Amino acid sequence: MQLSLRNRFTRLAAMSAMLMTMPAAALANAAAAVPTVDKGDTAWMMTSSLLVLMMILPGLALFYGGLARSKNMLSVMTQVGAVAALTMLVWVGWGYTEAFGPDREGFLGNIISGFGKAFLHDVSSSTTAATFSAGVAIPEYVFVCFQMTFAAITIALVLGSVVERMKFAAVMVFAVVWLTIVYFPIAHMVWASTGYFFKMGALDYAGGTVVHINSGVSALVACIMLGKRLGYPKEPMAPHSLTMTGIGTGLLWVGWFGFNAGSALEANGSAGLAMMNTFVATASAGLAWMLVERLTSHKPSALGFCSGIIAGLVAVTPAAGNSGPLGAIVLGAVAAIVCFFAVTKLKPKLGYDDALDTFGIHGVGGIVGALGTGIVYSAALGGPSPDGWEMGKQLVTQAMAVGVTILWAAIGTAIAIVVAKLLTGLRVKEEVEREGLDLGEHGERAYNY
Amino acid sequence: MKLIVAIIKPFKLEDVRDALAAAGVQGMTVSEVRGFGRQKGQTEIYRGAEYTTAFVPKVRIEVVVSDGVVAGAIEAIQTTANSGSIGDGKIFVIDVDQAVRIRTGELNEDAI
Repeated sequence: MQLSLRNRFTRLAAMSAMLMTMPAAALANAAAAVPTVDKGDTAWMMTSSLLVLMMILPGLALFYGGLARSKNMLSVMTQVGAVAALTMLVWVGWGYTEAFGPDREGFLGNIISGFGKAFLHDVSSSTTAATFSAGVAIPEYVFVCFQMTFAAITIALVLGSVVERMKFAAVMVFAVVWLTIVYFPIAHMVWASTGYFFKMGALDYAGGTVVHINSGVSALVACIMLGKRLGYPKEPMAPHSLTMTGIGTGLLWVGWFGFNAGSALEANGSAGLAMMNTFVATASAGLAWMLVERLTSHKPSALGFCSGIIAGLVAVTPAAGNSGPLGAIVLGAVAAIVCFFAVTKLKPKLGYDDALDTFGIHGVGGIVGALGTGIVYSAALGGPSPDGWEMGKQLVTQAMAVGVTILWAAIGTAIAIVVAKLLTGLRVKEEVEREGLDLGEHGERAYNY
Repeated sequence: MKLIVAIIKPFKLEDVRDALAAAGVQGMTVSEVRGFGRQKGQTEIYRGAEYTTAFVPKVRIEVVVSDGVVAGAIEAIQTTANSGSIGDGKIFVIDVDQAVRIRTGELNEDAI
């Protein structure tokens, strides 16, 4: 009895120490003693889940669709929507249990959970998921939904680099394999209390590694394996509607409050800080991108503004509740400047065809955010770090989490692309690519004037 | 009887129409066209990727006028479509053999 109490106490103490340094999302399987479910928290988490869905449809669909050529508009929107829908089914089937299921013994437990909650077995309207406050929980179904939307947007983001040439069937096959061997394990490693990065003490408030570095690196590997679009980079491939991209950008920004502030898992002060930072990091990044355009003798452009906004949102994701507002402003601006050069200089120089710049913005911005979080976390810079925290040590941990994520995503994506190629052929025929995937793959046109 | 074809900047269309009406022109056909002359194209930049659009949007006006109106119509277009900068466009004048009003069958000067 004494022993078990002691065990529980040490576990709680260890947990609270970890939580102080690391308010990342999700301790689904940490069972607290008779946790209280608060209606305000629950309502906020339900709202947040829907905000993240709005980021995908219509947010990302319009953002990406507008950047594509008009002959591929429907293809982009359909691919984004269909992989998101597919993810929801896969999540219920085996995704949730793989990431947040029962603890698994041995080394494998660092990487995935047990399969005891497949098809949401043992989840009911009376089971709960722990939050970051001792004794406070949210209904497990709400947690399952919230995390489901994260998985859905991440695979949709990956598609940005391979649009305008990848078969619809190949996209669907790739999505299932990629989620299973890349996304679910990384989500477990970062967010589950038994996960590798979580135990290491990596700071990732809302999923900078899981969602952005992961999708960005995967997008890079996928587009290199798939090959360039016909005519790239000689033929002009200007975005067909920056109006749509602008609308998508707005929906993404608004939705991102569910993503970032929702990752507090409660409607509290930490969520408020995440909300604050999601405003100001983004604002500073949008302006910084236009400023750097101006300084490199371009004009401050609408697409530059939108790109900066996304870069800022990506960078503040791991830092949302781990930074003061001033740190977030600097982080957003730095991310926008680095992403600007990645997209306008690095990409043409290396010659890969990351069609909609998923790697240039999510991958590069995600890395800047993950490393930057190890800096802006410092109390000396207005962040919430506790006494005795060491920036150098934290930066090493952040870099390790980034490195492992890059390796994991790259290898897993290569496998998923090979599987998709074996089953579907991967790439559309040349005639289809020239005529557009809207007609060739879906039998319709976006615009009939 | 002459056909006057004028390629002008799109934003000058309303001014030219008013001036032509004042010069006695009773009808015209207008179309949106694209092309280039000495102005060449325009440069657009999307995330660092530069595209030169070879063809610039213009408006083409076609009017058929009797010989007595030709000089006044040309002058009306030349003065109102003129912004003084490159890309203001050109005027072409072509002989017309015959004109027919479809509703009545009237011919030539009576038809225009």
